[in-house]
Amino acid sequence: MLEIKNLAVDLEEEDKSILKGVDLTIEPGKVHAIMGPNGSGKSTLSYVLSGKGGYEVTGGSATLDGADLLDMEPEERAAAGLFLAFQYPVEIPGVGNMTFLRTAMNAQRKARGEEELSAGDFLKLVREKAKTLKIDADMLKRPVNVGFSGGEKKRNEILQMAMLEPRMCVLDETDSGLDVDAMKLVAEGVNALRSEGRSFLVITHYQRLLDHIQPDVVHIMAEGRIVKSGGPELALEVENNGYADILAEVA
Amino acid sequence: MALPQVKQDATAARLDGITLPQGASWASHARKNALSRVNAMGLPHRRDEYWKFTDPVTLVQPDAPKAAVFQQDEAPLFEDVDRVKVVFVDGVFDAAQSSDLVAEGLEIERLADALATDIHWAKDLYGVLETRGQMPVARPLAALNTATATDGVVIRATGKAQKPVSLIYLHQNETSDAVIHNVIRVEAGAEVTLLETGPAAARFSKVLEVDVADGGKFHHVRAQGRDHERRAVTHCFARIDSGSLFKSFTLTVNGSLTRNECVIEIVGDEAIAHVAGACVGDGKDFHHDDTVFVTHDAVNCESRQVFKKVLRNGAVGVFQGKILVKEGAQKTDGYQISQSLLLDGDSQFLAKPELEIYADDVACSHGSTSGAIDETALFYLRSRGIDHTTATNLLTLAFLAEALEEIEDDVLAGALQDQLEGWLARRS
Ligand SMILES: Nc1ncnc2c1ncn2[C@@H]1O[C@H](COP(=O)(O)OP(=O)(O)OP(=O)(O)O)[C@@H](O)[C@H]1O
Ligand SMILES: [Mg+2]
Repeated sequence: MLEIKNLAVDLEEEDKSILKGVDLTIEPGKVHAIMGPNGSGKSTLSYVLSGKGGYEVTGGSATLDGADLLDMEPEERAAAGLFLAFQYPVEIPGVGNMTFLRTAMNAQRKARGEEELSAGDFLKLVREKAKTLKIDADMLKRPVNVGFSGGEKKRNEILQMAMLEPRMCVLDETDSGLDVDAMKLVAEGVNALRSEGRSFLVITHYQRLLDHIQPDVVHIMAEGRIVKSGGPELALEVENNGYADILAEVA
Repeated sequence: MALPQVKQDATAARLDGITLPQGASWASHARKNALSRVNAMGLPHRRDEYWKFTDPVTLVQPDAPKAAVFQQDEAPLFEDVDRVKVVFVDGVFDAAQSSDLVAEGLEIERLADALATDIHWAKDLYGVLETRGQMPVARPLAALNTATATDGVVIRATGKAQKPVSLIYLHQNETSDAVIHNVIRVEAGAEVTLLETGPAAARFSKVLEVDVADGGKFHHVRAQGRDHERRAVTHCFARIDSGSLFKSFTLTVNGSLTRNECVIEIVGDEAIAHVAGACVGDGKDFHHDDTVFVTHDAVNCESRQVFKKVLRNGAVGVFQGKILVKEGAQKTDGYQISQSLLLDGDSQFLAKPELEIYADDVACSHGSTSGAIDETALFYLRSRGIDHTTATNLLTLAFLAEALEEIEDDVLAGALQDQLEGWLARRS
């Protein structure tokens, strides 16, 4: 599904290297988790995959089902099936949540040569998905993320994911800022989407989320590289001992 | 103070080319008075304090610069709204295209007909509100309008108007130089909506005088027409009394030069005045200027100025807005915001926000900003599959939303929203 090879990325503005050769392959239907200290490059990886400006790829490649992601516009990557749940979802005053969702859905459908969803069908779908995430109608009517609490913003990301049904979902700290119940809701939302043809890359600092969303593989990222990969037990090790041992071991 | 020679010459040259209205009328005095004020003030010049950002030369020169007539490819605005249509072609009333000028709660007359009567209620307003609006800032082009206008409408709202009055200004002649003067009196407790649409002429001078009595409500929604080369200078002079409401919104798309002045005097307690505008300009031949002056001379009143401009490819936007709170106008709530969205580095926004306050118990705020599209928001939208153009348009409409929200009627607001979307779509 997703294949990242020796990916190296600099900041465009200043001469600073952030990713220093990332290798990562995710098979269809698998859930991979990335953990790692603050500033190790986890969000940068997610941004570069989804096409945010300000970064310069200096080496390596990233493909989704063989197609070169790095060569596509952000909207093309989305249409190809990539989705990023932002660590910091963006507030957009003046753009209604519903308008936003509907425009996004129809844009992707159009790009894939599918028919647009009728207003009625769209509404039905949104209401149904929102309900399972406990997002009330009032929130749907408000401008995108404006006045949402931290947890509401994260649930709104998962709602978008549920609506757009991407094949490759990247979740950047979707668990941070969530209370216990909200975390469960989000995890259920993710688990409901798990299927043979859909993969997940879950960036998190906490083992707790991984209790709910069982990962197949856990990676540790440090200083712009994946320094260790293993099974779910790796997350437990981090939870108990922090990164010091792991980093010392690979140094 | 003697007028500078350049001003004397320009004023004389302009007046030379004008045939002043003949014959006795109740308006004769106001006209004569206006003419002498024009001579005393002189027509505007780039060096005048409130013309620094906008060169008035094409508004002052004797002949109207040629302006191609734009072939519309969309349905005229407000087609589905039940309204009294008053049509002017290049500034001349056209009875054939207009409705019967009757509606419950309203007295509507063509200005030319009103002028032919011996006495008329409009005498108390014609040129009167305009004169009041000349202090402390001179507005010579408005005085020139009062001195020379022969067409327009006079409207008296005596109750809740059954339907809006829709002034439709058609432009058919490439060199037309139109002058329109409208006078509106909203009686105590009455309510009326005035719609204005269309480019009007190659060069258009319009004055609107509005007097809103106690508890009256006046709504104004205007769209200035899509002709690219037209020029317009418009003035609205409003005096609003106790417990009244005045709301004005203007949408400007295209036009080579637009100067919209709005001068509001709040004379009664607990009155509300909102004036708002949205403009979208493309190209270096687009210059749009909003000049607003709100005077608070009563207690417990609220005023809002909300102006938003989207500019691209070298378009220029100007905002000059003032809130004046007179001595004793306590508990004034005054708000002013002017913002521009610059879609490229060539476009320019020039702002002169002013506050002048002589009362101590007031809450007034103003702000002016100029910025580009929010890249973070743009990326967020694109990351969900929305293409660059659509995302930019969504953010552009979002930027204008605060101004459009000033329109109370959803149907009217929707019509203007459609026109804006059309403008964006044509440029995508
Ligand atoms: N636009 C930028 N300008 C300057 N520095 C940047 C920029 N983007 C990323 N960085 C730097 O790159 C490094 C990696 O940042 P990134 O956000 O990817 O880390 P992270 O692993 O997601 O951290 P966290 O766990 O705190 O979310 C940090 O040192 C950060 O300061
Ligand atoms: Mg991060």
